[in-house]
Amino acid sequence: MQYRRKQDIHMSAVAINPLNRAVRFYEAPIGKKAVMAVTGVMLVGYVIGHLLGNLQIYSSDPQQINRYAAFLHNPSNALALWGVRLILLAAVVLHIVSSVQLWQQNREARPLRYYKKADVPTSYAARTMLWSGPIVAAFVIFHVLHLTTGSILPLHDIGPNMPDVRYNVVSGFQNYWVSGFYIFAMILLCMHLYHGLWSMFQSVGISHPRYTSKLKKGAAIVAILIAIGNCSIPIAVMAGLVTY
Amino acid sequence: MRIVLHIWRQANAAAAGRMVRYELPNVNTHMSFLEMLDILNEDLIGRGEDPVAFDHDCREGICGMCGCMVNGVAHGPLPGTTLCQLHMRHFKDGDELYLEPWRARAFPVVKDLVVDRSAFDRLIAAGGFISVATGSAPDGNAILVPKENADRSMDAAACIGCGACVAMCPNASASLFMGAKLAHLGLLPQGQPERDRRVMAMEAQANRELFGSCTNIGECEAVCPKDIKLEVIARMNRDFLHANWIGRGGLKGD
Amino acid sequence: MPLDSKSPGGPIETRWDRHRFSLKLVNPANKRKHTIIVVGTGLAGGSAAATLAELGYQVKCFCFQDSPRRAHSIAAQGGINAAKNYHNDGDSVYRLFYDTVKGGDFRSRESNVYRLAQISLNIIDQCVAQGVPFAREYSGYLDNRSFGGAQVSRTFYARGQTGQQLLLGAYQALERQIGAGAVEMYPRTEMLDLIVVDGRARGIVTRNLLTGKVESHLADAVVLGTGGYGNVYYLSTNAKGSNATAIWRAHKRGALFANPCFTQIHPTCIPVSGDYQSKLTLMSESLRNDGRVWVPKKKGDARKPGEIPKEDRDYYLERRYPSFGNLVPRDVASRNAKMVCDEGRGVGETGLAVYLDFHDAIQRLGKPVIVERYGNLFDMYERITGEDPYQAPMRIFPAIHYTMGGLWVDYNLMSNLPGLYVIGEANFSDHGANRLGASALMQGLADGYFVLPNTINDYIASTKVEKMDAGHPAVKEAEQQVNCVTRRLLEAKGTRTVDSYHRELGKLMWEYCGMSRTATGLKHALEEIPAMREQFWRDVKVLGTGEELNQSLEKAGRVADFFELAELMCLDALERNESCGGHFREEYQTPDGEAARNDDRFSYVAAWEFRGVGNPPGLQQEPLAFEYVHPAQRSYK
Ligand SMILES: Cc1cc2nc3c(=O)[nH]c(=O)nc-3n(C[C@H](O)[C@H](O)[C@H](O)COP(=O)(O)OP(=O)(O)OC[C@H]3O[C@@H](n4cnc5c(N)ncnc54)[C@H](O)[C@@H]3O)c2cc1C
Ligand code: FES
Repeated sequence: MQYRRKQDIHMSAVAINPLNRAVRFYEAPIGKKAVMAVTGVMLVGYVIGHLLGNLQIYSSDPQQINRYAAFLHNPSNALALWGVRLILLAAVVLHIVSSVQLWQQNREARPLRYYKKADVPTSYAARTMLWSGPIVAAFVIFHVLHLTTGSILPLHDIGPNMPDVRYNVVSGFQNYWVSGFYIFAMILLCMHLYHGLWSMFQSVGISHPRYTSKLKKGAAIVAILIAIGNCSIPIAVMAGLVTY
Repeated sequence: MRIVLHIWRQANAAAAGRMVRYELPNVNTHMSFLEMLDILNEDLIGRGEDPVAFDHDCREGICGMCGCMVNGVAHGPLPGTTLCQLHMRHFKDGDELYLEPWRARAFPVVKDLVVDRSAFDRLIAAGGFISVATGSAPDGNAILVPKENADRSMDAAACIGCGACVAMCPNASASLFMGAKLAHLGLLPQGQPERDRRVMAMEAQANRELFGSCTNIGECEAVCPKDIKLEVIARMNRDFLHANWIGRGGLKGD
Repeated sequence: MPLDSKSPGGPIETRWDRHRFSLKLVNPANKRKHTIIVVGTGLAGGSAAATLAELGYQVKCFCFQDSPRRAHSIAAQGGINAAKNYHNDGDSVYRLFYDTVKGGDFRSRESNVYRLAQISLNIIDQCVAQGVPFAREYSGYLDNRSFGGAQVSRTFYARGQTGQQLLLGAYQALERQIGAGAVEMYPRTEMLDLIVVDGRARGIVTRNLLTGKVESHLADAVVLGTGGYGNVYYLSTNAKGSNATAIWRAHKRGALFANPCFTQIHPTCIPVSGDYQSKLTLMSESLRNDGRVWVPKKKGDARKPGEIPKEDRDYYLERRYPSFGNLVPRDVASRNAKMVCDEGRGVGETGLAVYLDFHDAIQRLGKPVIVERYGNLFDMYERITGEDPYQAPMRIFPAIHYTMGGLWVDYNLMSNLPGLYVIGEANFSDHGANRLGASALMQGLADGYFVLPNTINDYIASTKVEKMDAGHPAVKEAEQQVNCVTRRLLEAKGTRTVDSYHRELGKLMWEYCGMSRTATGLKHALEEIPAMREQFWRDVKVLGTGEELNQSLEKAGRVADFFELAELMCLDALERNESCGGHFREEYQTPDGEAARNDDRFSYVAAWEFRGVGNPPGLQQEPLAFEYVHPAQRSYK
């Protein structure tokens, strides 16, 4: 039990170059968590943008959403589109890799589990990050296969680089399994975002006694709005409110 | 009242442990939890059985020596209360209670409910201090501290180092403990010069001790007997990011 | 030959300065070559170990808890005194000195007390610089309160956790040195004997509480900062582990034990609730600033407190001490509580409690102010008793709290054994027969940060200690002694647990050597204790082995020492035929029931020499001279 260690206790003035700083940053769990926060912000931004785009399906002009898709797929925008896609892909990869690394380290920090362990009720969303994360990831893959690559159901096109989004969405959501999975995934996304949105402030150190409860509420509202927006589409399709 | 206890018995660090059932037919409701264990031990000794080893000292909720899991909650069901300050009137006749030691790789079990928390001391030794040698201080009032900062610093400094946060955290992270010390010193003007180096050093040490890391779950805050808030962890994160990217808190050899 | 305190003479204001100048210094480069053992990591030991390491000595430091941060100093609530006079309310070093000598009922050494008052100023500065979050005013300046019967506001505090914060300051300083490799820290290690070679303290024998390994540590000097021995009484406000073993075993090796019977009883503790009670909890004295103490006028009045009208209540402190009222010093408040309970006017189930009532304060100031001032104390009371003190008055009763007695030390804090220093509550030095509130923290830190690190140089510089190793016969003998005690305890294989003996001893001591004492009672106790002790050694039941974590064995060793110490306490109390401070002999009181000192006969420090268990100890006296504060009857009327 006796302990005695030598270590340099003096403030060292060695200038650290940016590369060293980056390595040191990513090696530290706090750094990884910050990476998750920053990539999380990017992904949430994308989710919101994506949702706003999708909501155009409710436009009184049935072709509105297809025009929007055509705009995105216009070859003159290809560079930007792929740029954004690559950035998003990198964010997703970083988000997942750092979370897996943290998860692994944290699991090792308690080799012997408790015989009995209670959980604090308020932390429900936080504790579900572990499986809400992978399921949401699986959903994203499914979503891309479904509506981007057409590997699940055949996609209709109006013309070259002009997908018939309205048709693809409606025909997809008329399938109860597909809609069910969408809704389930969106509820998990909601929980994931609820914890993630608040958590990312915490991870980069934005927190103050006066604002914490507001931040938590704000995160909940944003997460729920996103879920409602996203779930409304399959529901509307199934209810026959959105048709082709 | 009657209480049934299931207690983790482990002869020493190397031995395997198991839960053992004990029945206490006559527990007085005014007793403290540890007094109940005292009675159990007197009983065990009377019967020639090894008494249950558990750590305790002040029994006033301030030394941080006591603590175990009671039905899966660090320090038991009453919020803001250490095990020694928990009284039996908060339990019902016939309750079954499961007592387990803090579990974390960084806190190896020593015997029964006793664990080795020296990792906390090493965290402090790494940087949880202000380097001022005896005799070199200016007048106390030469350093003004706004009352709000002094109060918030005191909130964080109230930490008793019991380890409940680590025990309860699903990741066995020491972030609340470290955050509390960093906030205590970082909120005071005296703590500024070493602020960068302190966070870098303590963070590095926590990793050497194999603590887990914070994933913002908040179970630590819920069981902290001194009500230390999660904000201290946010502060630590901010301090770390600052020290890492902007500060000059480089540690040689790290 | 009277004991030489080595107090410097001349004007008291410059004694410490002149003395320091006369002390030899150790060349900084040579300090590294000297090892100093510090036992204890409380305010005294922790601050000393850190400071000695900063100076360059090799330090080995020990405590029995799992971390140095858990020393019992952590429990101090109220505050720490310093004569800063930040409030311009007439305080000064001289006034703090005067108050402390008078508060100690003229049984302390003037030179020491004056030095303590002087150093009090530096302590606050040091602690602030370390980051102790003392309470502040809105201006950012340090806040003060008046405490424990002082008429000036000189108490610095950090909420209700001053001891904790001061200790964390010292602990962090200590950890810094541990990190730097300057201190070797041995937690969960108990000192069980002192190694004395050629009359000098040269080391200690310890037992590793986890493995049971008995080891010797050698050094140039040994410092004991092992705290007080209030746990002789079993029930006290001390932590469960607080013990006398280190100082007692040093005493058995030749160190004189001074004023063992001077114990302090704290008036505001939560009363005992049952036989299972394992310790008593202190409620900060600051409660008496706003709470009013009373009992019913009638004996055995069974009405609820709220139903007893004002005219049937006896606010006995306000009645008897109009000028200090509820704020009289601890010994006076405690004794009066006992008196009213003895008259049969005590309250609660056991009749051993008095009311501390906040009703009037809540009416006058409003509940929010009371919550702000005492919220955490009220919560603590409710947590322990299950009663809400905002509704009904608290019930309180005195409890053993502090021991003014301890190993005898001179002005340099060195015991009569050269090389053995004793600091903090473990020594007898500064509080005479009664300690004022908020001055134990002050003394512990004064000793550890400022006094010892100055005086110990002189010994190191002027003493040539011979080289020795663990093979030295004195070391072997001490180790054998330790192993022998362990073996005896384990082999007794009797029928009763250690705690049952400890409880029995505690009850006896509380009865006959507690708040008030009589010659008959003390003589009775002196007959009982040896018999009890003998039975203990024959019949104690300690299970397990000595080679593992064995908490019963640890306790058994401590209780064995308490038995011997208890006898000495009773003897000292019997010999001191006067009442002073915490020592109240019923035979010696003024007509109105106050303590009657006898300065002609007892103005001395009683320092006892050990002459074998069961043999009468030898008494040496250190006469006390009062050149500045002239002895008078303490009056708080
Ligand atoms: C409840 C309470 C409240 C108090 N409030 C105040 C207050 O408000 N103001 C004030 O001025 N004073 C107060 N006091 C008194 C004050 O706290 C103590 O007198 C003081 O802290 C003692 O400090 P110390 O360093 O001498 O000893 P402690 O803090 O008792 O330290 C003893 C150290 O010695 C070690 N030790 C003991 N025996 C051994 C051994 N055999 N081997 C190895 N290590 C050993 C222990 O591990 C510990 O580290 C209070 C006391 C109590 C009980
Ligand atoms: S025993 Fe000290 S905090 Fe519980």
